[in-house]
Amino acid sequence: MLDVARLRADFPLLAQQENGRPLVYLDNAATTQKPQAVLDAITDYYRTTNANVHRGAYDLAIRATEAYEAARATLAAFVNAWAPEGVVFTRGTTEAINLVAGSYGRANVKAGDSVVVTAMDHHSNLVPWQILCQEKGATLRMVEITEDGRIDLADFGRALERRPKIVAFPYVSNALGTVNPAGQLTTLAHAAGAVAVVDGAQSTPHLNVDVQALDCDFYALSGHKMLGPMGSGALVAKPELLDAMPPYHGGGEMISRVWDDHSTYNKIPHKFEAGTPNVEGAVGLAAAITYLERIGRERIAEHEQALAAAAIEKLTQIEGVTVYGPRGRSDRAGVVSFTYGDIHPHDIATILDQDGICIRAGHHCAQPLMRRLNVAATARASFYLYNGLDEVDALAGALVKAGALFGYVPA
Amino acid sequence: MDTSPPDPQLSALYQELILDHYRRPRNKGTLEQATHTVSLNNPLCGDEIDLQLRVDDDIIKEVRFIGRGCSISQAAASMMTQLLKDKSLPQALALADRMSAMMQGDEGAARDKTLGELRALAGVSKFPVRIKCALLPWNALTDAIKS
Ligand SMILES: Cc1ncc(COP(=O)(O)O)c(C=O)c1O
Repeated sequence: MLDVARLRADFPLLAQQENGRPLVYLDNAATTQKPQAVLDAITDYYRTTNANVHRGAYDLAIRATEAYEAARATLAAFVNAWAPEGVVFTRGTTEAINLVAGSYGRANVKAGDSVVVTAMDHHSNLVPWQILCQEKGATLRMVEITEDGRIDLADFGRALERRPKIVAFPYVSNALGTVNPAGQLTTLAHAAGAVAVVDGAQSTPHLNVDVQALDCDFYALSGHKMLGPMGSGALVAKPELLDAMPPYHGGGEMISRVWDDHSTYNKIPHKFEAGTPNVEGAVGLAAAITYLERIGRERIAEHEQALAAAAIEKLTQIEGVTVYGPRGRSDRAGVVSFTYGDIHPHDIATILDQDGICIRAGHHCAQPLMRRLNVAATARASFYLYNGLDEVDALAGALVKAGALFGYVPA
Repeated sequence: MDTSPPDPQLSALYQELILDHYRRPRNKGTLEQATHTVSLNNPLCGDEIDLQLRVDDDIIKEVRFIGRGCSISQAAASMMTQLLKDKSLPQALALADRMSAMMQGDEGAARDKTLGELRALAGVSKFPVRIKCALLPWNALTDAIKS
């Protein structure tokens, strides 16, 4: 396990108290806390380097542009992107997927075509495809999941028989913690003639991601879920696909020449980065990547798996608790979704909050999945590198208190 | 493991009367001859309520609801339906105002007998994120009457 006490000292917010108790932050799938190194990188950028990028004719602007492009190269190396120009900075996963749907999708999907998603997709990897299919008169096909919360490969195969144009799926499920066989799903999608769109919001922070090894076509990620700033993120794509795609947003920076009634466009990635970009976000994200690499993603993944395994063991010992998702250790990330008898997840969250424990309660932006689990909501604890086994104990202890309030265990 | 007793504010929030309404909601179901029907949900947390009224001559003769959600929203709905029977529409709207005042921490409202069993929910005012749960059925009622 990682030396949690030492790591926590890097995160100013984690030293805070919550309701008079030490903060136990277990909502990392929603967003993560930021180390001092990221805060410093953002402040330093504004103190020493800030100017608008890609347009200034003076040294400061050149330094700002260099910082921005260096961040792109850092991110490209982190996920082993095909090339730095295959990394388009976005506000996050949601915008990256909307970019693919709005540009690649609109150019390539026609009436009668199909697009495939899964029943465990986050709304941000579902709603953009719904909008596209409605606009084009295409069919959206949702692949079912198995009892233990994996993508149903038989149903996936049936969905591919229609030879869809696009196949979208999450690498890691934010609601169940399932690590999907992204490489295998991509190979199958390609064999059916589709491009593969991977929602990497939950995989990039926790796994050693290599998009070239996956061989997917588009990969979306969010900086704020991996110690970086909110509003940072990227679409990582095969450059030849980006090259052939029409622009997404129009404006400054994405153009080459502009006439009264038409324009020609800049080369990638700039063609997809209209307007002044989030430079502080990119710089902060690069600092987060440097921090993560210093610790090592294998070690982070192992640490989280150990925490998840401990949490599952402790929680399932409490009578009335149901844990969702796969039980294996290797194909599950540090996300533990559960319910406790008839105690509504929001009530669980309120009770835990009194002990300074932050968890998520709700549908996790995955309402189709909730319907399949036959629940309206679940409670979810999600771990990161700065969480320790003592916090798993705190979670289990607070749950027993919730059980007492609702009459499940003697008070 | 921490085994200290639950905080008194929590015990007040989850008192027996509230859990009883949560587990055995009163007036759950649908009406054959509803004059007012409204569905409301809280998109943030997914709490849902379908509320039906049969109003005759400005008097609420019958109330039914179907809901899904946390103990606070469902207990509030159940208690509300008990209170509304035979109330006039202006009286019902006045009760909605009293309920809302109680949620803002108004102690007079928390002692107001016209709120009946709903006074058990006074402790919700200490949990700002849960106020919207307790008010969901009341917002549905206001929508139903005003629409
Ligand atoms: C699996 C998954 N996809 C997409 C998203 C959306 O990410 P963002 O809100 O950063 O765009 C999230 C985060 O909530 C997620 O967990």
